[in-house]
Amino acid sequence: MTMLSDTQTRSKESESDFGFWLYLMSDAILFGLIFATFVVMSPNLAGGPGGRDLFDLANLTLQTGLLLASSLTIALAHHTAANGRSIAATVFWMVLTALLGAGFLVLELRELAQFVSAGAGPQRSGYLSAFFTLVGTHGLHVAAGLIWIGTLIVQFMLRPASPAVLSRLARLTLFWHFLDIVWIGVFSLVYLPELI
Amino acid sequence: MDEPTILLGRLGMQALPFYSWVALCGALVTVGCGLGFLALVTWLGRWRDLWSGWLTSLDHKRIGIMYVILALIMLIRGFVDAIMMRLQQALSYSSEGYLPPEHFEQIFSSHGTIMIFFMAMPFVTGLMNFVVPLQIGARDVAFPAVNAISFWLTAAGAGLMLISLVIGKFSTAGWTGYPPYSEVRFTPGVGVDYWIWSIMISGVGTTLTGINFIVTILRKRAPGMTLMRMPMFVWTTLCASILIVFAFPALTVSTAMLALDRTLGLHFFTIDSGGNAMNYMNLFWIWGHPEVYILILPAFGIFSEVVATFSSKRLYGYTSLVYATAVIALLSFTVWLHHFFTMGASANVNAIFGIATMIIAVPTGVKVFDWMFTMYRGRIRFEPPMAFTVGFMCLFVIGGMTGVLLAIPPINYSTHNTTFLVAHFHNMVIPGALFGYVAGYMYWFPKAFGFRLDRTWGLRAFWFWAVGFTLAFMPLYVTGLLGMPRRMSSYANPAWHPWLILAFLGACLIFLGIVSLGMQLWVSIRDRARLTDATGDPWDGRTLEWSTSSPPPAWNFDTVPLVAERDTFHAAKQAAQPMPHQPADSFDMPKNSVSGILIGLGGFWVGFGAIWYIWWLAAAGLGLIAATMIGRSFAEHTEMRVTPGETGDVT
Ligand code: HEM
Ligand SMILES: [Cu+2]
Repeated sequence: MTMLSDTQTRSKESESDFGFWLYLMSDAILFGLIFATFVVMSPNLAGGPGGRDLFDLANLTLQTGLLLASSLTIALAHHTAANGRSIAATVFWMVLTALLGAGFLVLELRELAQFVSAGAGPQRSGYLSAFFTLVGTHGLHVAAGLIWIGTLIVQFMLRPASPAVLSRLARLTLFWHFLDIVWIGVFSLVYLPELI
Repeated sequence: MDEPTILLGRLGMQALPFYSWVALCGALVTVGCGLGFLALVTWLGRWRDLWSGWLTSLDHKRIGIMYVILALIMLIRGFVDAIMMRLQQALSYSSEGYLPPEHFEQIFSSHGTIMIFFMAMPFVTGLMNFVVPLQIGARDVAFPAVNAISFWLTAAGAGLMLISLVIGKFSTAGWTGYPPYSEVRFTPGVGVDYWIWSIMISGVGTTLTGINFIVTILRKRAPGMTLMRMPMFVWTTLCASILIVFAFPALTVSTAMLALDRTLGLHFFTIDSGGNAMNYMNLFWIWGHPEVYILILPAFGIFSEVVATFSSKRLYGYTSLVYATAVIALLSFTVWLHHFFTMGASANVNAIFGIATMIIAVPTGVKVFDWMFTMYRGRIRFEPPMAFTVGFMCLFVIGGMTGVLLAIPPINYSTHNTTFLVAHFHNMVIPGALFGYVAGYMYWFPKAFGFRLDRTWGLRAFWFWAVGFTLAFMPLYVTGLLGMPRRMSSYANPAWHPWLILAFLGACLIFLGIVSLGMQLWVSIRDRARLTDATGDPWDGRTLEWSTSSPPPAWNFDTVPLVAERDTFHAAKQAAQPMPHQPADSFDMPKNSVSGILIGLGGFWVGFGAIWYIWWLAAAGLGLIAATMIGRSFAEHTEMRVTPGETGDVT
């Protein structure tokens, strides 16, 4: 009980980390509820196409590969920065992460656009509403993450030695891994049952 | 309705409230008050003070005070709605009354929404903001800039709510917005959209508040303040904040899905194309029931502080109060289904949720006994905060018992959707939550401004509120048992009529209670010399906030207090010792920032744009929010060094 009491000395960064964990928890619940809704809605095809008719294994594999790879590169970015290695290397890994993330988004948008033009847009059925919302919410998070990476790249170049910037990178890394985990959920709850 | 245009979406002249003179008057009063305020500030030449002292301030005390002011304004607005409904039902026996049904529906929807989201939530958040850092001996909250963002998002939601009276109409779907009725097919127009966006935007602000206070309480306590030495109000705030972080995502999800249905034609809750309206009930009440405890737990905390101080005794059963609070918080996630017992779950499911609901009454009962034992043999001072607390203890017990009755599914079948339910939840939120907030407002007012509030007017306010509440809501238990459904704009049953007249008289007494609150404030500001408290400790308090000056400096404590037991400050006074503290030091305090108000503005644009389909405005709002956040992350020198005792360190 006493362990948290002497707090005046604790650094601001650790407070930010703690706060960020709480945010992630709250976000995880948000995703959990959307997942639950998806599960409830998944039989509601309303005569429209289901995942079996729509999903494309190749696209899915590529998307997943890109996102998993970007999780690795962001970890490398953080690792290089935390060990005080060259800024250039850190920035390189961050740029690579951003490219991989953007690639993921492009594939996702392309797939969703295909569904829409095939008459399987989110207005078609309860199932597709839930599908688009779940995937779209994840995609929006990735897009926000890209803006965040862009900002941090600039800040790394302007203030390479700032501990505040480094700690932001740590939280971004956390965020990125979180999105990865959510995607694995999407992969195995939304896509996989339809593809096997 | 005309085709939407790019520039103005579906906004046009028909949005102005010429459809009813009552609505027109309301709109004129709203606009008049707004313009009057702007004119007053200009006339007094105080724009600069307002801007740098308040609107851009990151001081948790100032933000707290702004929250409370917002809550009091919205209390008046919500009460006007309430008394209009009471008047309508007093008049509408076998007649239409003075309000057309559609307008009546807008009024109960806006009343419920305002009271929960824009009166109760800001009130409790304001008190948390003002009090918690002081009570834990901290100089600020963990994230002062985020705190300002929370406030301004709440204000943006409240702004949308108020604007809905002037431009367009408000929802007619009740404060719960149940589909399928709230879908476009049955309720086109902007009303439900106003409801969705105002609560979603303020809900995001609330989520941030929850995170902020968990970190503040767990990480910023003064040396020596272990968890079991925290004041009860801090404990209840901690539990409420945890509930916020876990529960508010459900509100965001349910309202966002409804917005997608309405705006983009999706099928989450529609009756066709595979929608599932029942899922909305689940999502909404997964948030909704914990929300009740988010509102009431901090009020319990306030009662605990007040009871101990004004009984001049240590709080009885502190440990049991802590555990009771934690248990209530936990259980509050297990009972949401009791809000729709009648919607087709099986008897066993109903039984489980019914029992879970009744179990909550146990820790609540423990609390009531703890408060009574604290008073037992205490030297009780009957100051206004104490009056509200005692009033709460008497009236709340009735509400608790009717709640247990409602938790029994067979009884619920005959009382659900009747005024019995209306009486029950007002019995919870008025004596339970609101009395607590008012007690807290009167208790901590001298800390905030350096003078007490007038006692006589405070006691008058209490009596009007307590008697008015009883008269306004006990009759509704009766009409409920006589089978009167809620939300009736007119009726033909003569047996209900006399009770509804009584209820209207009760509302008139509550009106006098609100007038008394206003008088109390006015008289106290006028007589502030007489009511001044120079000691910083006007009530012989026990907790840390009373150990610093009133009003406290921006950094709360010149030297950080050292805590050795639960009521360290009181113990120091008993021993005639000064409060133990750390050596004097220098530290950093945040400078003002415009980021909060800019993000609030952006949130308002997003909401207004989405409601009226003015998409460029919504996009601009998002852009403003993103730009502000990025800009803020580049800002350097956001803090200033303070050394208490040196002059010129703050302006
Ligand atoms: C100040 C005195 C108050 C009066 C006279 C009052 C009166 C009323 C009335 C007449 C109704 C409509 C009942 C019906 O459906 O037949 C109502 C509904 C409601 N009130 Fe109050 N109320 C008061 C305070 C509050 C407070 C403080 C809160 C919450 C913190 C609150 C929350 C609600 C809610 C949520 C509804 C339900 C709205 C709906 O049907 O969607 N009220 N109130
Ligand atoms: Cu409930």
